[in-house]
Amino acid sequence: MIKEFRLPDLGEGLTESEIVAWKVAVGDTVTLNQIIAEVETAKAVVELPSPFAGVVAALHEQPGTVVEVGKPIVSFEIEDDGAGGSAPDAAAGKREPNLVGYGAVLEASGRPARRTRTFAAPAAASVAAEPVPVAPVRAAEPVESMQVESKPVESKPVESKPAASVPGERPRSTPPVRKLAKDLGVDLVAVTGTGEHGLITRDDVRNFVGGGDLPAAAQELAGAPAQATGLVQARGERETRTPIKGVRKFTAAAMVASAFTAPHVTEFLTIDVTPTMELLARLKASRAFAGYKLTPLTLVSKAVLIALRNHPTLNARWDEANQEIVQFNYVNLGIAAATPRGLTVPNIKDADRMSLMELSSALTELTDTARAGKTGPEALSGGTISITNIGVFGIDAGTPILNPGEAAILALGAVRKMPWEYQDEVALRQVMTLSLSFDHRLVDGEQGSRFLQDLGAMLADPGMVLAMV
Amino acid sequence: MFTDDAGKGGISAGGPGNSENSMRRTGGDLVQLITPAGERISHPEFDSWLKDVSDEQLCSLYEDMVVIRRIDAEATALQRQGELALWPPLLGQEASQIGSARALRDDDFVFPSYRDNGVAYCRGVKVEDLVRAWRGNASAGWDPFTVNVATQQIIIGAQSLHATGYAMGIQNDGADCVAVAYFGDGATSEGDVNEAMVFAASFQAPVVFICQNNHWAISEPVRLQSHIQLADRASGFGIPSMRVDGNDVLAVMAATRIALDRARRGGGPTFIEAVTYRMGPHTTADDPTRYRDANELEDWAAKDPISRMKALLDCKGLLTADLEDAVAAKADAVAKELRAGTINMPEPQPLDIFKHVYSTPNSWLDRQQDHYSRYLASFGDPAEAASEEGAR
Repeated sequence: MIKEFRLPDLGEGLTESEIVAWKVAVGDTVTLNQIIAEVETAKAVVELPSPFAGVVAALHEQPGTVVEVGKPIVSFEIEDDGAGGSAPDAAAGKREPNLVGYGAVLEASGRPARRTRTFAAPAAASVAAEPVPVAPVRAAEPVESMQVESKPVESKPVESKPAASVPGERPRSTPPVRKLAKDLGVDLVAVTGTGEHGLITRDDVRNFVGGGDLPAAAQELAGAPAQATGLVQARGERETRTPIKGVRKFTAAAMVASAFTAPHVTEFLTIDVTPTMELLARLKASRAFAGYKLTPLTLVSKAVLIALRNHPTLNARWDEANQEIVQFNYVNLGIAAATPRGLTVPNIKDADRMSLMELSSALTELTDTARAGKTGPEALSGGTISITNIGVFGIDAGTPILNPGEAAILALGAVRKMPWEYQDEVALRQVMTLSLSFDHRLVDGEQGSRFLQDLGAMLADPGMVLAMV
Repeated sequence: MFTDDAGKGGISAGGPGNSENSMRRTGGDLVQLITPAGERISHPEFDSWLKDVSDEQLCSLYEDMVVIRRIDAEATALQRQGELALWPPLLGQEASQIGSARALRDDDFVFPSYRDNGVAYCRGVKVEDLVRAWRGNASAGWDPFTVNVATQQIIIGAQSLHATGYAMGIQNDGADCVAVAYFGDGATSEGDVNEAMVFAASFQAPVVFICQNNHWAISEPVRLQSHIQLADRASGFGIPSMRVDGNDVLAVMAATRIALDRARRGGGPTFIEAVTYRMGPHTTADDPTRYRDANELEDWAAKDPISRMKALLDCKGLLTADLEDAVAAKADAVAKELRAGTINMPEPQPLDIFKHVYSTPNSWLDRQQDHYSRYLASFGDPAEAASEEGAR
């Protein structure tokens, strides 16, 4: 038999979750509690254990989709023994527990009933509390009829004032009628009540729906979605719409916040880095660095850390709330990394205290972790200055936007062989452009320029380090 | 290195996260009887309280820890499968709970927090009763007086007051049983726990405060809450305290026995800090990776209470294939019982709410019940409504 597993409320009152990944495929045999999916809620990424032992018959949702609680996400073909079963069978319309897991029975609106029923209680209770004898029930009618509603419609529009005469007040009706209206998709505001004091009866709702010409509200309900679907389908081939969420959303917010609060200045410096590239080759060949991954980024990072000692203003933060400038006496070096989930800027804590070897290991670990999409929140917060290596994409220069809360960001261009002045002649040299953006509130042109100049001097002649530390 | 160092020179504390090398951390030596490698360390004072612990009992302590870990894992899975609304995992705290609970006498009375499911299991609470409240089927899972365990307290630390009050009652009765309050590190910062300790000390009530310092009050690390060891907080109230390795089932058991004995002989309250670690989330609705370092978890995984006990049994030649099979079979059986009990738990009916208000008939309540049942009836019979739905 086929058993459906519907998305439970995974964290105390959530209404939806995103399927991050399936760990099983259709046709796979799974055991009880085997992890079948990763799901991201508003609170956490959690693993879903299989509620059944059996074979995966269907996956109803694609990774990346946000699914409402209670929607089927996977079906299993299981042996019909009834013992290992988990979820109670969802026979159509059958009352289900609404305390755990699947939440309340799904409404037409797709929202749990518990939420939409918030104003069902007081007035209703008083009506029902009166000892009203239940009227004889006609076969075709649901049992829910009460005397009040099944009154003959003889009192027709004697004085049918619209129920919602008082603005903001809910039309007068009884809970069963409200339920009927909800089931039929009728907005009670549009219904004229014929009962006592304008009470909307079951028949009023029925007449409203069956009365030939659909009122505007119902037309809207029925017509609008279809039309919308048509539009989406027609345009589907020419543009794709992706919801803004996750890392993209976060990145966007951070970039907007940064670009429109910190006045950015960007300076460029192009230098002959041939000596640095030679040093890199020598270090790679040396026994001491065996096993370490050295790249131009490693040496530039080290140079940035050294240059910061003489130019600490670039390693600072503008604290608008407290009207203070926060000068960091440590460097958490952020490295912009393209990951499967988008741009992230994890940082290396206390990078200024690291030797070149330690820095190299830290960089390798940071990029590996980021590429695997496993960077933890700890690594993503607390950066003090950042580097972005656009050179790996073959780009020469850019105007990077500051990581929010930081005073400077350096973009590394590609190392290119170019004709360059060398010892008063034109020679083919390895040349790189550095682009430095800084927060002009914190860093003056002079400070930024001197920092960039020092950095360039070190890369053009690594021996200059001796003069700087 | 042990994050909270054991043995001599216990002040230095390594590792990231929760332990800071601070002069204000005055705590005494952390008592440890089993090392993470499974070696038995001798300790003259504590050992004298464990003379009667036989090899079988060691195996049975091991079994209990494995079983409650399995209960915990199964309940976590049941929450993910929509069968429980919430579950507070105890992963990592098995030794603290089993070691202390197994030291108690049947007539002692336990006042647990929501995380002490291992204690409740040990006291004989049925497994489906453990999850009844977490499924939302009842306000409480069991009758406290059948197992001498109060229902689990959700309010942080409130049960410490109940325990102290109960202990003062024991004093009035002239009995020699003991009230035991279980709470966490976060609770020691709550007013209730401090008030309870004031009263316990003033009246020299027979109460034992067992604080499982699992290092995290949801996302708040213990180091932010206290600049001294939690055990040292007790001395401010004039309550003797012990600081034991909470991942060491024997150390916890010995400490609990010492405290119980003091209470029974009129010596008043004791505070035990069992230094352990919550390896899982605060509850199934929490994501600890958002606030704590993965390295910290790794450090503590190396000090796992169950693998430590396993190593000890191995050293003693007790870890036979038969034992492992029997323990695994027991855990499987309990997990199965828990799953079946949870899934087949009858759904509470709307009118059940009236059954739990007064123990004797009450006309005012009867009237309310009458009104409410007629209100419910106004919705009609759900079964017929369903058939109508089907016909549509």
